[in-house]
Amino acid sequence: MRIKPVLVAISYLIGAILAASLAEGQATPRIQFEKYTLPNGLEVILHEDHSTPIVAVDTWYHVGSGDEQVGRTGFAHLFEHIMFMGSQHVPVGAFDQMLEAAGANNNGSTTEDRTNYYETLPSNALPLALWLDSDRMGYLLPTMDLAKVNLQRDVVKNERRQSVDNVPYGKADETILAALYPKSHPYSWPVIGSMTDLSAASLADVQNFFHTYYAPNNATLTIAGDFDPATVKKLVAQYFGDIPRGPAIQRRTTVPAVVIPRDTFLVLEDRVQLPRVFYTWHSVKDFAKDDAALDVLAQIIANDKNSRLYKKLVYDLQVAQNVSAFQDGGRLDGKFQIDVTPKPGQSVVHIDSLVQAEIADVINHGIAPRELQRAQNSYKASFLNRLASVLGKADRLNYYNYIVGNPDFVQQDAARYERVTAADVQRVAKTYLGRPKIVLTVVPEGKKEMMLTGRGGDR
Amino acid sequence: MKTCRAARVIGTVIIALMSTRSVVIAQGTLDRSKPPELGPPPRVSLPPIITRVLPNGLKLMIVEQHELPLADFVLLVGSGSTADPAGKAGVANLTAAMLREGTTTRKSLDIADQAAFLGVSLAPTSSWESSSLSLHTPTAQLDSALALFADVALHPSFPANEFERLRKNRLTDLLQIRDQGPQIANIAFPAIIYGTAHPYGLASIGTETSVKSLSTSDLQSYYETNFKPNNSTLIIVGDVNPDQIEQKITARFGSWQRGTIPQLTYGEPPKSAATTIYLIDKPGAPQSSFRIGSVGVPRSTQDYFALTVMNTILGGSFTSRLNQNLRETRGYTYGAGSRFDMRRAAGPFMASAEIVAAKTDSALLEFMKELNGIRQTVPPEELSRAKRYLQLQLPGNFETTQQIAAALVPVALYGLPLDYYNNYVQSIEGVTEADVARVAQQYINPAGLAIVIVGDRKSIEAGLKSTNIGPVEIRAMSGQPVQ
Repeated sequence: MRIKPVLVAISYLIGAILAASLAEGQATPRIQFEKYTLPNGLEVILHEDHSTPIVAVDTWYHVGSGDEQVGRTGFAHLFEHIMFMGSQHVPVGAFDQMLEAAGANNNGSTTEDRTNYYETLPSNALPLALWLDSDRMGYLLPTMDLAKVNLQRDVVKNERRQSVDNVPYGKADETILAALYPKSHPYSWPVIGSMTDLSAASLADVQNFFHTYYAPNNATLTIAGDFDPATVKKLVAQYFGDIPRGPAIQRRTTVPAVVIPRDTFLVLEDRVQLPRVFYTWHSVKDFAKDDAALDVLAQIIANDKNSRLYKKLVYDLQVAQNVSAFQDGGRLDGKFQIDVTPKPGQSVVHIDSLVQAEIADVINHGIAPRELQRAQNSYKASFLNRLASVLGKADRLNYYNYIVGNPDFVQQDAARYERVTAADVQRVAKTYLGRPKIVLTVVPEGKKEMMLTGRGGDR
Repeated sequence: MKTCRAARVIGTVIIALMSTRSVVIAQGTLDRSKPPELGPPPRVSLPPIITRVLPNGLKLMIVEQHELPLADFVLLVGSGSTADPAGKAGVANLTAAMLREGTTTRKSLDIADQAAFLGVSLAPTSSWESSSLSLHTPTAQLDSALALFADVALHPSFPANEFERLRKNRLTDLLQIRDQGPQIANIAFPAIIYGTAHPYGLASIGTETSVKSLSTSDLQSYYETNFKPNNSTLIIVGDVNPDQIEQKITARFGSWQRGTIPQLTYGEPPKSAATTIYLIDKPGAPQSSFRIGSVGVPRSTQDYFALTVMNTILGGSFTSRLNQNLRETRGYTYGAGSRFDMRRAAGPFMASAEIVAAKTDSALLEFMKELNGIRQTVPPEELSRAKRYLQLQLPGNFETTQQIAAALVPVALYGLPLDYYNNYVQSIEGVTEADVARVAQQYINPAGLAIVIVGDRKSIEAGLKSTNIGPVEIRAMSGQPVQ
């Protein structure tokens, strides 16, 4: 669909958030905002908050590691790094120097689904952020060269060493992804990528990626904080309005089917003192019907002292050092994971039988009202906490805008968790944790015999 | 050009919203070649700190912040790991952790259940100089949350079974540290520069030997000695009314009995040895963990602001010299930095990075280049950037209730004046080029550094020797000489 060459201004007039939130106690407040689209397709979301004289500028590009080509894993994140290396009017190094001199903090992040760039700065310095961000959106390539790519390639390889290769159990994640998803699935490789693919990234790749994805019509600029909206709209138009619209972007909306016919047992040797078992099930994407119930299930299974597995394995029997569980739903797909680290001398087979028994208990007998209420109340509080900073609010607006197509969704999101019933939790446990799974045991080097095999017997 | 742009800004305020064409005209005159001229920075007006003292000596520091229906409480007790009795390293750490493990009327699981039910976070921590219990709560649950908070703070029962569980957990933590080069380096570095006779040389989580030797009576005794109202400040930030909250706190904490707090003696840290490379073997490590430094300064130093500016230039910001050199110029690391950890007594100065193994020796040469270079006069624009960065980011550090509460901790702990942050901008402004050079020369001595490197000895030792920066001593994971 082509957007007509006029500024589309959609104003959402929302009542005073403070009065509402105070009256309703802990209820999640709405985030007041205004959204419009520039003729070149750039979405702009504004949220005023004058409580502190600072502004957060948060730009989301609708591209992530899931959009990468075969042989170029890690490229979206490498590209994120390159975006800080200067652009046509911003010399190398000046991006950070100017922002620091203005009292700003800045960073970026990449996920499977999107890449974001953000600054938090004193309100007077907002034009600086807009100048810098518009220059790299529109004018990145004229001064791009292989030296910039090579430098950030080295930095990113060190990021991988620091977060994966030199971290105990660090390679578990990519091992699980490769086993859970088919090769053509966008979530089958890690965001950080492989060393081989990082080595292969070329200057031409940078140019192609920029032309394909880094266009105003593939981005959302959210500004939250202490500003005058009329002035900011004018500045945004000035800085971003002349950046040409890019070609229409074809992003996948579906993923290959995930088929796990039977439990799959894997082993990975690592320089660790203790083994760790990771159970991973294919689940659902973010905001799918069962996503919130799976979040609540994770909370009830492992994320609190009274949770099922923590209480049984870590607290009562003291056979495990720690346990965690999470539902990880992305834009396109999702997984549910539990991991357990046995205490020294404890067999993973014994641990496994306890884990299976607890899951079976939830599936067969359901959960108590208090378990549900604790999990729901924790979620309720977490929604409030995310709104404490202007950057947190900018991030929420962008997130909802991107995933559900509407920035005005924090209350609907919170309501999903309120609606979860004990029966829902029992049902999703049965539906998803009853499926065949990937079971990875990370074992100390030379101790492959410690792995779980599903054939039972103590080892 | 900048006046031109400013005039354009005024001219298109309304039209820009209505018509694409006027936007295009505006864009036609935009000069991207220079950064925009910025208006004056917003005036820093930090929220006032209201102080009260209860009859038992408990100090209250209250900051009102009504943006969201939330409140943060930090009960800050002025004793931490430095008050661990001799041979009992880990007592303060375990005492804090045990607060949540049972009171005279609540069991461990009840405390966790109630906190989760209320949607509050209740977190004990301990550091070198303090122990604290933090509460983050929606104000809708304020009374119930405060009841739980006060009970956990004032009536811990140190149940033996819970202690045994935590002890086992700590011993396993200590075992798992062997897997982590950066953690090994974090423990070995202070052990080397302070020795094990000084409290700063001991790991606050203790050692296998010390943790095994502890009993609940050690914790009980630590608690009864140090957890006293006259040794504590309760920081309160959020959607509260000062008079009402003082009443609520008095009701909960008013009967807490004062006591005599023993004076701590730290002893002199050992004199720094000639620069030496202490190499700890971590076979196969793809990165080498660098911790380079020496004994630094106490928080009470007169040179606080000069040191803060100097360290911002050396390794305290993204554009600092260490990060620019080791990351942005050479790509040896994901990040390099430095800090002066200022405590009651002289805490460590430490530069650090995780360096790709193959560049271990090259990186050491660059570290030394920067640690020498900072002793020379700093160019004015670099000084100015560091000062602006420190001054102008201040308001952003006072945005959320949790940030404000954290900012008040050093004020309470080190007795900083209440207008400390209001004078911060001016204090930074007063730092001169000469001050920066002087403190760098005084506190960074390239001839007296401990260079602790945890990495793959087989592949990095020869290179390190060839740098001739100092002798290479092989150390055990604890930082102690290899037996």
